[in-house]
Amino acid sequence: MSTNPKEPVNRRNFLGAAARVAAMTGVGALLGKLAGATAAKGTVWQIDPAKCVRCGKCATACVLEQSAVKCVHAYAVCGYCELCTGYFGPEPNELTTAAENQLCPTAAIQRTYIEDPYYQYHIDEKLCIGCAKCVDGCNRYGNGSLFLQVRHDRCVNCNECAIARVCAGDAFVRVPVDQPYLLKTKPTTS
Amino acid sequence: MFRRLLHLLFGLLLLSATALAEQRFPPPDFESGYQLPTPTTPAPRAGLMQYADVVVLLSALALALWLVYRTRSRRGITALSLFSLAYFGFYRKGCVCAIGSVQNVALALCDSHYALPVTVLIFFLAPLTVALFAGRAFCAAVCPQGAIQDLVLIKPLKVPAWLETPLGLIPYLFLGAGVCFAATGSGFLICRYDPLVPFFRFNGSELMIGLGVAFLLAGLFVGRPYCRFLCPYGALLRLATLAAKWRVRVTPDTCTQCALCQHSCPFGAMREPTGMQKREPLKTSRLRLATFLLLLPVLVGLGAWGGSQLATPASKFNRTVKLAGRYVRSLTTPDRFPMELQRVEANPGPVLAKAEEIRQQFLLGATLFGGWVGLVFGVKFISLCLRRNRTDFEPDPGTCFACARCFETCPSERIRRGWIPAELETARSKE
Repeated sequence: MSTNPKEPVNRRNFLGAAARVAAMTGVGALLGKLAGATAAKGTVWQIDPAKCVRCGKCATACVLEQSAVKCVHAYAVCGYCELCTGYFGPEPNELTTAAENQLCPTAAIQRTYIEDPYYQYHIDEKLCIGCAKCVDGCNRYGNGSLFLQVRHDRCVNCNECAIARVCAGDAFVRVPVDQPYLLKTKPTTS
Repeated sequence: MFRRLLHLLFGLLLLSATALAEQRFPPPDFESGYQLPTPTTPAPRAGLMQYADVVVLLSALALALWLVYRTRSRRGITALSLFSLAYFGFYRKGCVCAIGSVQNVALALCDSHYALPVTVLIFFLAPLTVALFAGRAFCAAVCPQGAIQDLVLIKPLKVPAWLETPLGLIPYLFLGAGVCFAATGSGFLICRYDPLVPFFRFNGSELMIGLGVAFLLAGLFVGRPYCRFLCPYGALLRLATLAAKWRVRVTPDTCTQCALCQHSCPFGAMREPTGMQKREPLKTSRLRLATFLLLLPVLVGLGAWGGSQLATPASKFNRTVKLAGRYVRSLTTPDRFPMELQRVEANPGPVLAKAEEIRQQFLLGATLFGGWVGLVFGVKFISLCLRRNRTDFEPDPGTCFACARCFETCPSERIRRGWIPAELETARSKE
């Protein structure tokens, strides 16, 4: 930063230079203050399943037209209940895949036969809207193997998550980008 | 076959025990060799890619500086704007941007639990540092919000000074409010009320899409309305340009005072030579300046007092404070949406304590914000009283977006580029 020989050092230039030095000192001080508070890795948003109260706002509050939040099934936690309270609505006529028996408003849960009397429940993410109806059913009466997660193939990672702002359970947290999911795992038997 | 149903009924009886220490229904032992699937985990955008964003930002800034100061090319600036709009706007969906990064920095300074990503810090500091030395090159061609407005500008109208001056103070107030909200952990106002991001995402709330359309429609006739009258980062850059070392110069050599550049500037940034202005006597000016200098502390004090009065209503925008209030009310009258209260009812102590802490932060934050408002008005009054001496037409570095429109209207520049034959010019000057 050499001084321009054409420009004389007048009051204005001097004040400008002084202000610049002061501002750069301020920027330096800010950097020093923030040095301990920065993280080399970025963060992404995720739902802590332990805090989620299944209020259903994930389906509507996301900035995307179809929410980035979807239901995820932790098969290892699933009890493979015959009357799956995540799949069937309250008091189903019969335990079949008929639409009137299903809890999911978009029929996003696929029920496939494994062996008598067990069925596997699989979430079709194209159809799932993240409304948490099945999650509520499963957590209320079952093992809680269905839970909501931000799906990072869809999430645009807003600076302030629009769902986090209205989340009833305050369940949205920033997680490191290299551990982007908070999955439910099989509890260790004591 | 009905074993599971019985299990379920049993489970219903034990519902009160919500803690899931172990599974209510142990997984069955499959006999058909069924393998448990694992849930899929689609990866987010790789962490390394955000460093790619930083590289693009820094390169675009450098290129913008080169285009403004070396080639002085409006065409180049437009091309770079288009690229920035495509990359930072439509590809990166407007997040993270320098405008929003102000709030991340404020939050990181006040909340030790929040880790500020290094890339966000660079997005905050790089355009600011550039502005400290060479003006608002970021606004010229790197900011996607600026680019989208610059591209829709078809018929710029001049905003009269009596309207432009007060509207130009809004960014400072928005900056203060945004920092105050971010620092207390009450949310990112600046991101929430960014009217142009819905265009990048092709989505948004009705309010924000409506505002975005309004801004772009206004932008057809008023140059960059968001940048001039709302953008809080612009306010910060404007402050930084006060100390800028290099300034955009319209003419490559001598100013012929033709005022063509002033007409070409859609943002009202061109300041005319002081010899062309009508001036009041020096004594009146000095008296007025002294009055406003004395008034400054009064304005700051009044602002701070007003701010402190606003602290309680403002703190109700915070979720925790709002929740605590609802909990206290729900003890006497039932709440309409009790699901949100569940976590408070389970353990009210920490939430109520946190709410009280945030109220205290708001008392300080709102007082500082009020003082800031007073300071902004006071300094504006003083700056309006200052007499400056200019011999040539010069862009005001704080208002100038370095869009390079004026360069090509300057006759001296046109001669330099060979667009006007030099002999014509010499012939004219001989007459």
